[in-house]
Amino acid sequence: MTPQLLIFFVLAALAVVGSLSLILQKHPIHSALSLIVVMVALAGLYLLMGAEFVAAVQIIVYGGAIMVLFVFVIMLLNAGIEEHTNFSKLAGYAGVPLGIALTGFIAAAIARSTDAVHAATTGGTIASTRQISTMIFKEFVYPFELTSFLILVAIMGAIVLAQREK
Amino acid sequence: MIDFLNNFLSGHADLLITLVKIALLVFIVLTVNAYLTWFERKMVAHIQSRWGPHRVGPHGLLQPAADGLKFLFKEDPTPAGVDKFVYYLAPLLALTLSLTSLAVIPFGPDPIHLFGRDIYLSITPPNLNIGLLVLFAITALSVYAVALAGWSSNSKYPLLGGLRSSAQMISYELSLTLSVVGVLLMANSFNLTDIIKAQAAHPERGILGWNIWPQLIGFFCFFTAAVAETNRVPFDLPEAESELVAGFHTEYASFKFAMFFIAEYTSMITVSCLCTIMFFGGWLSPFPASWHFTYYLPSLILIPFGVWVIWDGIRYETIWGRMVLPGIGTVIALIGLALIALPHSVNDYIQAPFWFLAKVFAFLFFYVWMRGTLPRLRYDQLMSFGWKLLLPVSIVNVIATSFVIIFYPYVQHWMSRGGQ
Repeated sequence: MTPQLLIFFVLAALAVVGSLSLILQKHPIHSALSLIVVMVALAGLYLLMGAEFVAAVQIIVYGGAIMVLFVFVIMLLNAGIEEHTNFSKLAGYAGVPLGIALTGFIAAAIARSTDAVHAATTGGTIASTRQISTMIFKEFVYPFELTSFLILVAIMGAIVLAQREK
Repeated sequence: MIDFLNNFLSGHADLLITLVKIALLVFIVLTVNAYLTWFERKMVAHIQSRWGPHRVGPHGLLQPAADGLKFLFKEDPTPAGVDKFVYYLAPLLALTLSLTSLAVIPFGPDPIHLFGRDIYLSITPPNLNIGLLVLFAITALSVYAVALAGWSSNSKYPLLGGLRSSAQMISYELSLTLSVVGVLLMANSFNLTDIIKAQAAHPERGILGWNIWPQLIGFFCFFTAAVAETNRVPFDLPEAESELVAGFHTEYASFKFAMFFIAEYTSMITVSCLCTIMFFGGWLSPFPASWHFTYYLPSLILIPFGVWVIWDGIRYETIWGRMVLPGIGTVIALIGLALIALPHSVNDYIQAPFWFLAKVFAFLFFYVWMRGTLPRLRYDQLMSFGWKLLLPVSIVNVIATSFVIIFYPYVQHWMSRGGQ
């Protein structure tokens, strides 16, 4: 077992455990903390694949900025332990089989494309900062600008909603 | 057995060297932290016409050790109703993250040749291409330490402190990140070593080649935002003692409090290192490279300082002080003399770390100076300053720097044609 493979399995296990804990925790802050663990574990996986810029940005944007906002809002609203409703019938009859089916599909997809899994565990330089920026600002410049426009609209919408109370 | 040991050592040499470097760096940083508290208390005291600590050891020099022992032996109560896991996690997170951020900082350019290997003066290898991004990632995560400490304490003042702190850190992180983009554009790299090397492009310019001159606005934005990120005066609203008792760490006692304390001082050191690297030429000497006589500057500072400590020591009021202080002075002066007496290569090697540490110390002094002289901002002033002044100015700085970098070659070309 190479060191890369070992690190891959540790990080993958961390991500899976974090995701499970995100759903199973009763307190919103604990769920948010689990999500941060997942984000950081994913950043570690990106780093393992040689995408150092993406890994750093994953931590800065998702692990830092976005999750800080989540935690901030939970603290500000002082949200307590969630109330649990009874297991709904729809979830029992439709949700569980669909969930199992989806897991099966994903597992089958991964089992067929061994290349991706192999790439994730071997490491190597895949994407440098320069390559990523060339891709974003040359090949995908229109989708990129469109996304930023979308975010701008969302920000303006938030400001309009906040102003309405005055 | 010895064969096995030899094989093991040669097989894992890089790992072992890294571990030794980590242990050494943590030891040095913790010691510096301890004496930084002494320096700060002494400095602020003199600014306010007081003496500061002077009972424990000569000039209060053993005060940090006394404080450390006190932190270890104090009772460590856990308040009722706290969220145990998060409550214990928060100080650990603060300390771990702040110490980790020092790993990417290069303290000198030249490797030491030891055991047939090149050992660099940083924990990470010098070709780490995302050095600066790693630092920002750690800064982004260190918000949680303060926010979670405030939330988990189950008390209203820490909660308010934690909320203030997360709002402040989110607001100032934008300017912090944007203000260094100018430097990154000039160096064309995220690598901290490359950023310093870019400032040495014209060795004859010395201090005039540093990034501080073209990036004066960037430095202003960066330093202000960084002080806000480290929760120091005048941005120490999360722990404003006149409003919030002690802010987010009110409910922490004993060593858990000490962990927050060490974390705060370590991030001060990190910020000082970053300012030095990005705007003040890192380990570069401020003098032109041809001025070889400046190589004796470390000795020129160390010898008179040592002599002054001896002179001050023999007149000290306690016998203990009259014994210890001249001893310390002699050691300092001897180090200065040794730098002249030892072969030239040693003096040559010491230059880069000397200038680096001198600049870092100047920034630490600046931090303490601000603490002694500036009043705390009001909360609305803090927010409007961050969003309405700092952020637009740093965006303008990025745009202006990009324009200059793109159009400067054309202007140069045009001027040279006009001159013909």
